[in-house]
Order: sequence, then structure tokens, then C-alpha cells
Amino acid sequence: MAIKDYIRERFFPHIWCPGCGHGMVLNGLLRAIEKIGLDKNEIVMVSGIGCSARISGYVDFHTLHSIHGRALSFATGIKMSRPELKLIVPMGDGDALAIGGNHFIHAARRNMDMTAIIINNRIYGMTGGQHSPLSGYGTMSATSPYSNIDNDFDVVELSVAAGASFVGRTTTYHTKQMTDILGQAIIHKGFSVVEIMSQCPTYFGRKNRLGSAIDMLEGFRKNTTPIGSKAKQKDPDLIERGIFVRKKMPEYCDEYDKIIKRAMKGN
Amino acid sequence: MNENLKFIQGNEFCVEAALYAGLDFYAGYPITPSTEILEHMAKRLPEIGGKFLQMEDEIASLCAIIGASLTGHKVMTATSGPGFSLMQEALGYAIMAEIPCVIVDVQRGGSSTGIPTHVGQGDVMQARWGTHGDHAIIVMTASNHQDVFAITVDAFNLAETYRTPVILLFDEVVGHMRERIFIPAKGEIPLVERLRTSVKKGVDFHPYLPREDGRLPISDFGEAHRYNVTGMVHDMWGFPSDNPKIAYGLVRHLVDKIENNTDKIARYKEYYLEDARTILISYGSAARSALHVVENRRSRGESLGLLELQTLWPFPYSLVQEKCADAKYVVVVEMNAGQVLQSVKICVDRPERVFLANRIDGVFITPTDIRNILRLIEGKGV
Ligand SMILES: Cc1ncc(C[n+]2csc(CCOP(=O)(O)OP(=O)(O)O)c2C)c(N)n1
Ligand code: SF4
Repeated sequence: MAIKDYIRERFFPHIWCPGCGHGMVLNGLLRAIEKIGLDKNEIVMVSGIGCSARISGYVDFHTLHSIHGRALSFATGIKMSRPELKLIVPMGDGDALAIGGNHFIHAARRNMDMTAIIINNRIYGMTGGQHSPLSGYGTMSATSPYSNIDNDFDVVELSVAAGASFVGRTTTYHTKQMTDILGQAIIHKGFSVVEIMSQCPTYFGRKNRLGSAIDMLEGFRKNTTPIGSKAKQKDPDLIERGIFVRKKMPEYCDEYDKIIKRAMKGN
Repeated sequence: MNENLKFIQGNEFCVEAALYAGLDFYAGYPITPSTEILEHMAKRLPEIGGKFLQMEDEIASLCAIIGASLTGHKVMTATSGPGFSLMQEALGYAIMAEIPCVIVDVQRGGSSTGIPTHVGQGDVMQARWGTHGDHAIIVMTASNHQDVFAITVDAFNLAETYRTPVILLFDEVVGHMRERIFIPAKGEIPLVERLRTSVKKGVDFHPYLPREDGRLPISDFGEAHRYNVTGMVHDMWGFPSDNPKIAYGLVRHLVDKIENNTDKIARYKEYYLEDARTILISYGSAARSALHVVENRRSRGESLGLLELQTLWPFPYSLVQEKCADAKYVVVVEMNAGQVLQSVKICVDRPERVFLANRIDGVFITPTDIRNILRLIEGKGV
């Protein structure tokens, strides 16, 4: 199936700014889905609220554009009630980790089979460029006009600690790796997290004088490195990309099926 | 003993009613005085092959059942005041996206954390207006266990009929009290199933284009039709829109589909109203004390009557007006500062003759409390 067959052309043009990373993530995701050869009818995409959350409107799957921060909770209900469906949940960094942070760690802990994609542009794009939990110390935003004193956290470390059974990271610059990791995350049975470092040239880029979208992409190339590379040993500030965790763990819906069997037997 | 006869708590009976109505998915978070519902669901659902989830909070609980409803399941969650407050945003989502679900609020005393183990009826207005924006909502209640059963089944039927959340506003007394109950046989109470679209695969399906009668056929997530669901103002495709005409049409549809059917949704019971000079209006556990007073006074030949409301929203204004037309006095009996009182005053011909008999201290309102108010109205002093 061609990529355009996964798209709802009726709803274009999209709302994103020129150079925004969200369209690149959409593209990478559709390529991954095409590669795996999933049927459109077996995919449910659930999103919250934000520029990133609008991805769900443009794809020809069963799509639920829900409320800010709660996408994973809706997805949990859908998956649990119909486990044969494939759940894909794209979220902004604010959506997933500020207002939705609690749902995120509990979804990771539960290990229900779904793929959480955190599109980390380090800013609240939709509301006009306020700092997010991922902005980081020393960055500039509409609500940190004198420089941000909020510390960020590492999405990968958080996901691992919370118990996600698949954790990966890539960037919008590394399109091939993005498609590859997303594909593996979707195939993985259990709760998978993919952090995609992405650019919001309109707010994060402008406020932090990072130049154009292309300059920001170039930044991802320079500031990241494959997991365990020699470059990382030389420069510990480099951010690693790749698959950090992939482990077999009991999946929640499977476990609940066992509970049903026990309850039906009367013990 | 008849095996359908049991002696159980209202909360547990609500679970049995939900299962009778066809519920097979539940998500919740513990909170007094609703916790028994969560615990019974955890035990009962897997026994019938249904699904139970304990979520990380009430927000996630409501969101999860909304998701499960979209795949075609009958769903419910239960909570009390603090949890109900947390649910308000997702409640609005279910209203906007027209996703059937049942939310039980077993009311406790007071606001905020209040008095968790005591009774109150202070969530009547929150149930009506707790979520933001113009909308309509169905809110039902009951005063005894047998009615809890019937009203719970009704709640599922109405949720499916109108594609809307329905709130069951029970209270601590009804939830915790034990009463002898009788489980109706299968088929005794008719059940409503969701109206599913007849549009064939491959033909354009408009998920948000209501039929002329206001009903909106659904296609379950995972079935042939793929479409978008959103809490934003949306067009017939379910796609966000800021077109004023579309926004107007949507708000009107969401309100009218319920308020134009107020008569059909109104559930109530009446006792001795034909010749009543003084009418008590009450609901939930407070109506038990009101009925006690009415029967007591009737036995002494006094013309008292009781109108027990079981549908609180949409408020049955014309019903109340009609029933109270000949009354000299109307006394609203409730355990809050006068939340149903306001609606009664709006619709009766002589609002100055409407009085309140209430308690707001977490203590169950007694027949004596009501009698004291009646004596004051009658000029007899307490
Ligand atoms: C309960 C609630 N609070 C606040 C908002 C306003 N809001 C909309 S999107 C958003 C943040 C978006 O940032 P992010 O999730 O990082 O996504 P992005 O727009 O950057 O893609 C906020 C705060 C909302 N819609 N709902
Ligand atoms: S504001 Fe930022 S995140 Fe939103 S569309 Fe524009 S570039 Fe993308």
C-alpha cells in the first residue's frame, strides 16, 4: 500500500508551521506501518491535545483525538476491551510528561501492548511557546523570559525506570532510524516508548536562537550519537540514539485472560 | 429461600444491575463510600469474561471506559465527590463525542474531602454543570435497593439510546445500607442496545451526522468504518471545525437530543398526590424519611403527599409544575443547601410557597427534621 493510502487527504492541508517536525514524524511512522504491512482497520491511533496530537486527524485509521495528557488512558481502555487492535499513541512532550506524566509511568508499569511516541520539541507549541518539562535548565521560552530554572528529565531513563519493555530514541534528522525504531516498537509485544527529538522552529527555535528548521535538524545530527559509540566516550554530552531496552515481559491483556480463566473456574 | 432473593448493600446491588444491563467493562479508583462497587466489579467481571481495570486515578478511569465504549462495550465507573470532580473534563469529552457510559457518584457529606463516611446530596449541581460549556446531561437517583437496580439498568438503556454519559447520583446511605432485594429474571427488564450503522463497508459513513430523530448510529472502533473522534467542535466527519454554523448545530443537537425528550427520560414515583395540600419533593435516601412522614401523617388523616424524583436532570419542570398546581405548600427535602429547591422554585406557580427541609452536616435527615419544618410552615412552632 502506498503511503498516501494511509492518509485522509480530505483533511489536508495540515495545520503545522513550515519546518515543523510533526509532519516528519508522521511520514516516518507511516513508512514504518507500511513496511510492517499492517491493515488500516487494525490500527487505532489515540492522541491528546497539542500540535503533535493533530497527527491523528490526518491518518486513515480508527482515530481518537482525546484530551490533554490522557491519551494513554483512553488507549488503555480500547486495548483492554479489544486486544486484537494495534494501539499507536503520539504525544507531545508536555502532553505525555507534564499533564500526562502520571498516566505515562503507570502505562509503562502495566506493560499493555501499545506504542507511545513522544515527540519531544522541548516546548508547548500549541499554546505559543511556554517551557515544558523537557525544555531544560537555561533555555528560553514565553514563560521563562529570563531563562528557565526548571530541570528536565531524560525520557529514556524515566521510561526504563517505570518499566517500559521497549525504549528507543531517535530524531527527525535520522529518518531511516526513525522508521526502523518505530517499526520495531510497533511489532514489540508490550508497552513501547519511542522518544523522537523534534524541532519547533516557530517557538523553541526562535526563542533559543537555533536558526531555521534545517539548522535545528543539523543540531540533532551533531548532538546525538548511536548507543555505545566511541564518540560518546569522548564527548559525554552527546545524546545517544537507538534501542535501549527490549525485553520480553508478561503483557497485561494476556495476564488478564489468565485471570478470566481462573475466575471462571471459580478459584 | 428463592435464590434471586438476597440481603446486600446498595453498592453491590448496583454492580448486579450493571451486569444485568450488559456491562462488561469497568475501570475505577477506590474512594469511600463507593469502593464496594470497585471491589465487586473486580470479582464479578472476570467471572463472566468481562474486563476490570484499577487505574491510577479517576481521570484515567473515565478515559479508559470511554475508550472501551468506543469498541462497542457497555461501560461504567464509580466514584464519590473528589473523584467526580476529577472526572469533569473527560465527562465533557464523552458528552461532546457522544460516547455512552455510566458514571456512579455515591455522594458523601461536604465539599472537598468532606466527611467521607457520612451522607450528603451536594453534587446535584455539579452533576448538571460540573463540566464546562453548554451541554445537557442525564442524572438519575434512587432511594432504595430495588429502585437502585431498576434505575441502574435504566441508566444503561438511556446512555445507549441517547449516546451520552448518564450519571447515577446515589448517596452513602443507599450505597451502604443492607436491604432485602430481588434480582429480576433475565428479560424481565428490557435492554437497549446501541444503534449501529447500516452503512456498508466501502460506502462513506458520516459518524457525526444525526438522523432526523436525533439519534446517531455508531460504528465500533475496529469495525469496517474508520473515522475521527474529537472533543473539539466537529463536522459530520468528526473533523475539527470552527465554522459558526457547525458549532451552533452541534450544541443544539447535544442539548436538544436530551432536553426535547425530558418527558421520556423523567422517572419518578408519587405517593398520595391526588388530594395533597402539602407536597414533599425529595429524592435519593432523603426520600425515605419524607415517605415516612407522609405515611405517618396520612394515617392521621392529614393530606400530605410525596413526589419522589428519580430523574434530576433534565429537570422535569412541567411534571413538577403540574403535580404541585393545587398544593398549598411544597417542601423540598434534600441533604444539601437547596440544590433541587432552586429548580422547583423556577417551575411552580407560587415559588414563595416552596420551603426547604434539609441537613448539611453529614447526618441523615430524619422524619423529625422534616416534621419540624412542617410545624414551622404551619405556624405551630417547633
Ligand atoms: C487541561 C488542559 N490544560 C491546558 C490545555 C492547553 N494546551 C493545549 S496543548 C498544550 C501543550 C502542548 O504542548 P505539547 O504537548 O508539548 O505538544 P506540542 O504542541 O508542542 O506538539 C496545552 C498546555 C488544554 N488543552 N487542556
Ligand atoms: S508551533 Fe511548533 S510544534 Fe506547533 S506546528 Fe508550529 S512548529 Fe510545530
